[in-house]
Amino acid sequence: MIPAEQRVILKYLDEPGYTNDIECYIRHGGYEMLRKAFTMNPEEICHEVELSALRGRGGAGFPAGMKWKFLDRKSGKPIYLICNADESEPGTFKDRQIIHKDPHQLIEGMMIAAYATGTKLAFIYIREEFPQGANILEKAIEEAQASNFVGSNILGSGYSCDIIVHRGAGAYICGEETGLIESLEGKRPYPRIKPPYFPAVLGLYQCPTIVNNVETLCNIKHIIEIGGEDYSHIGVPGATGTRIWCVSGHVLKPGYYEFAGGAITLGELIYEVCGGMRPGRRLKAVIPGGSSAKILRADERYEGHLRDGTAFDWGIDDIPLDFDSFMAVGTMSGSAGVIVMDDTVDMVQALANLNAFYAHESCGQCTPCREGSLWMKKVSTRMCNGKARAEDVDLLASISKQIEGRTICAFGEACSWPTQSFVSKFKEEFAAKASETRSSTDNNGNRLI
Amino acid sequence: MNLKPETLERIEAVIPKYPVKRSAVLPLLHYMQADQGYISQEAMEWIAGKLEIEPINVYELVTFYPFFRQKPRARRLVRVCRTLSCALSGSYKLCETLQKELDCTLGNPTADGEVEIEFAECLASCGTGPVVMVDDDFYDNVDETKAAAIVAKIKSESGKGAAEPVSED
Ligand SMILES: Cc1cc2nc3c(=O)[nH]c(=O)nc-3n(C[C@H](O)[C@H](O)[C@H](O)COP(=O)(O)O)c2cc1C
Ligand code: SF4
Ligand code: FES
Repeated sequence: MIPAEQRVILKYLDEPGYTNDIECYIRHGGYEMLRKAFTMNPEEICHEVELSALRGRGGAGFPAGMKWKFLDRKSGKPIYLICNADESEPGTFKDRQIIHKDPHQLIEGMMIAAYATGTKLAFIYIREEFPQGANILEKAIEEAQASNFVGSNILGSGYSCDIIVHRGAGAYICGEETGLIESLEGKRPYPRIKPPYFPAVLGLYQCPTIVNNVETLCNIKHIIEIGGEDYSHIGVPGATGTRIWCVSGHVLKPGYYEFAGGAITLGELIYEVCGGMRPGRRLKAVIPGGSSAKILRADERYEGHLRDGTAFDWGIDDIPLDFDSFMAVGTMSGSAGVIVMDDTVDMVQALANLNAFYAHESCGQCTPCREGSLWMKKVSTRMCNGKARAEDVDLLASISKQIEGRTICAFGEACSWPTQSFVSKFKEEFAAKASETRSSTDNNGNRLI
Repeated sequence: MNLKPETLERIEAVIPKYPVKRSAVLPLLHYMQADQGYISQEAMEWIAGKLEIEPINVYELVTFYPFFRQKPRARRLVRVCRTLSCALSGSYKLCETLQKELDCTLGNPTADGEVEIEFAECLASCGTGPVVMVDDDFYDNVDETKAAAIVAKIKSESGKGAAEPVSED
């Protein structure tokens, strides 16, 4: 039996006849939770979010309630809220759906979060490649302003807050929250060093700032609806609520699917929900959490102990879809972008493809990241072009270990983990490639670089 | 600066929205590029004056962000996603087909300056690859038939203003 989705965030957005205007949203109970929020005080809302144990959906999985608690409320400076709608991690495509098909859900979640955090002004930072998305959000905000859900003295509460839609200009690093803040200040999006620049203390214009992902903010609405305690019972401890998994690559039914935390396994997602492999093809590898997550090899066994001490011995299919299980097998659920590869894929070419992405997107501030990402691209690409040198496999591994921990932002880890994991898990394939003298970029008839 | 009245209007409307003027530099660059097709030296100086910052503060953004251009570009920009999920669904081959059909090579506009094709990095629609953008219009699941329709449409609009996107069915 195909495991049934538990659609909370995605509840209406693909229903026939559901449109992204405010009338439709209100017909479906929209903005009732904002009304409810105004019957509570901000501290109560923050407390509910803490009880919910909601973890950020943008990649790092940081508990939202804790982030809000770090907010420096005593500084006397204005507080800002930023919705991270940069969605640029390869393999991730859920925020696009919410923005285009259900923008008011995001706005409602944002306004509740804004009220709870005492935000003076809120922003949605949206990537340049979503021009229609930006227009849809602008229109939705206008509608919400006209209905007094956004703007001054919202619903007579005495609380006022506006939302500004701010478009990026094609740089992945603007998804990193401090790079995003620099970009919003009108500067080059060079990430800031933490400490001291934790956004909750020194964020936008050096004021306390909360940055949350689109999906995280949508969840706030549902926490208000059912209460933090009940929300925390959806899913499993450490992965409460639902999560939208984005599946791409070699499955018959790629797409976005919403399940409660830990409700199904990776095998169920791939073979049942997504219809499995193409006829005659076998699973070779999976990148489980956006391109930066370490790759999992299909024929490997994963043994160890979970955080609570229980032992596990899993094949790739047995890994439950939650934060801690992916950590336990040495990777991460990251942005929940699951990239599936079958046995037609040449791993060196797949890595060279990703390395081209990272070399293009490094902001260039830190030498190990700027130079390392470029070297990893050059070495993996020349291996595909029949120009490998004998030492290239070791060289790749060595470069990839000299970046992480030596950079200003987590892009350093993000760009090294693919190379580290591809090379260590598919060593024989890399070694074979290193001894090839002819160019082999055909990848069974489908070029990847 | 010779800007369209609606561009000036947008510029005047957006600046006061921000708590700090300098934050309006990205929107201003967007409006400027939409108006002029690219960002000239004069435009950078004009924006700097408007926001009371130095021209270098604008220049360093134009050179950093891939979306901004310092030279006039082709009238139509075709962006083909090349990142892994789209590559797995055939985006490299699609890109070759588009180059052949539109008679240009990656990064080099057609002789008449009409169309330019470039690779884009993940456009956040990886489940429906290959994915293509033509200016602001978005196309996914671009198979041969759809690619042919996109090409035909671009050709039919050659020299005219941008029109409606190819229908999705
Ligand atoms: C290189 C890099 C790129 C990132 N890109 C995104 C992104 O596109 N969208 C996003 O929500 N978070 C992204 N993040 C994570 C953000 O820095 C931040 O943790 C997140 O927006 C916080 O929201 P959350 O707690 O609700 O997840 C990125 C992080 C890094 C290091
Ligand atoms: S790690 Fe890379 S992306 Fe991050 S600040 Fe340093 S150079 Fe920029
Ligand atoms: S890889 Fe092409 S849209 Fe993500």
